[in-house]
Amino acid sequence: MAMLTVKDLKVNYGMIQAIKGVSFEVEEGEVIALIGANGAGKTTILHTVTGLLKAVSGEITFDGHNLLKTPAHKIVSLGMAHVPEGRRIFQELSVYDNLMLGAYTRKDKAGIAETLETVYTRFPRLQERKKQIAGTLSGGEQQMLAMGRALMSKPRIILMDEPSMGLSPLFVSEIFDIIEKISKSGTTVLLVEQNAKKALSIADRAYVLETGSIVMSGKASELMNDPSVKKAYLGEA
Amino acid sequence: MEFISQFINGLNVGSIYALIALGYTMVYGIAKMLNFAHGDIIMVGAYTVYVCLSSANMPAFAAVLIGIVVCSLLGMVIEKIAYKPLRKASPLAVLITAIGVSYFLQSVAQLIFGSREVSFQSIIPLGAVSIGELKISGEAVVTMAVTILIMILLTLFINKTKAGSAMLAVSEDKAAAELMGINVNRTISLTFAIGSGLAAIAGVLYACSYGFIGPYMGSMTGIKAFVAAVLGGIGSIPGAMIGGILLGIIESLSKAYISTRLSDAIVFGVLILVLVLRPSGILGKSRTEKV
Repeated sequence: MAMLTVKDLKVNYGMIQAIKGVSFEVEEGEVIALIGANGAGKTTILHTVTGLLKAVSGEITFDGHNLLKTPAHKIVSLGMAHVPEGRRIFQELSVYDNLMLGAYTRKDKAGIAETLETVYTRFPRLQERKKQIAGTLSGGEQQMLAMGRALMSKPRIILMDEPSMGLSPLFVSEIFDIIEKISKSGTTVLLVEQNAKKALSIADRAYVLETGSIVMSGKASELMNDPSVKKAYLGEA
Repeated sequence: MEFISQFINGLNVGSIYALIALGYTMVYGIAKMLNFAHGDIIMVGAYTVYVCLSSANMPAFAAVLIGIVVCSLLGMVIEKIAYKPLRKASPLAVLITAIGVSYFLQSVAQLIFGSREVSFQSIIPLGAVSIGELKISGEAVVTMAVTILIMILLTLFINKTKAGSAMLAVSEDKAAAELMGINVNRTISLTFAIGSGLAAIAGVLYACSYGFIGPYMGSMTGIKAFVAAVLGGIGSIPGAMIGGILLGIIESLSKAYISTRLSDAIVFGVLILVLVLRPSGILGKSRTEKV
């Protein structure tokens, strides 16, 4: 059975039906990309998975748990972390305090210290700036902090929403390198991206979302060569 | 000498304003609402202690403890019944509800205890302290000491405990806090409980300092504490403290040297002046978003 199953999910955003019956699966260890234009509903799906939005109907199952009946604050301790769009770090707190909030639900002090070390090894910049107020970090560093914060919960699956948004090309490549490393270390990744090219280059499989419905899915390598995907999302003729 | 004793009087009143302002500022920081019923919680606290002392003959310490518990529970209940259902409503609806709760509490107190003020025997066992010619009342000494102690404990609580860091996270970004696994509802509830508990302490200190209690004792005091919170920078805990003390001193000195009748006008005049010169208050910061 898949680690995360979304079945016929329908979500309204205000008066409009934002998600019109979406189904997809994420197997343990995979990197799955959800690609699509701005407004296709990618963020809405992630927000519904982690309980920030309510679904109208459908099913979301993670590890046997019905996520639609789980309050948002209980989801992280099931092993699912969410790096939200726009990073949403705690701007007025220090880098260290942000990271410790990522471990909020954990009680094993030694384990937290160990995870902190691995996060610092993965993001040396965060260690250098651990006492700095998070709001004063650069955009790329804030993205790293948001990812580090999510890793502090030691998740089995990490949901990332537009990690490359607003970053310089150099940072974009660095962020995608890090996502690959996170995946290699055994964490499942569900990645939402507008930068389809980058997303498909590191994903195992991908789903293409258009105005609230999945219009295509398959292996990332195959989608990358699909003429219609090329035309619509990769900027190639 | 006259000046110093007026100044100390200002510190005494200011400490009470500061304790109440802490509740305003904490609730504003976390729930992003102005709880205008907060001032009336001090009245509930004072009456609870009064009843415990006069009808149940309890020792002062136990009476104060019960006052704190009653107010904390009341704060949580008010939040749950009156404010929580409005969390997504317009700020105006919440504001009107808060004013409604304020009148409700005053009316209930009036129904039970009548509208007349009753005298309150100070429970502070400390006599006046004399330093040379200067005499400081025991009430003033205890009020200032308690306020400083609470400020230190509150700062430690917020910066050193998990519940405190949850409060900071919720005050900045509720959804992000929820993603961290923080129970936002419980955190808001806790904030109301702490703020209302502090208001109970302020109510007792007020009653001891002024020697009377009444159903409306919280309304003007509450508004002044709100002014103090805005003066210091609403949302900021040290700001509430500074704003409260400053307000107390301004009020006390203008009563002594300018005019008793004009003192309130001066207090609100200072508020207007500060808001014109520094709209975010003394310690308030205007947040800038980074893209």
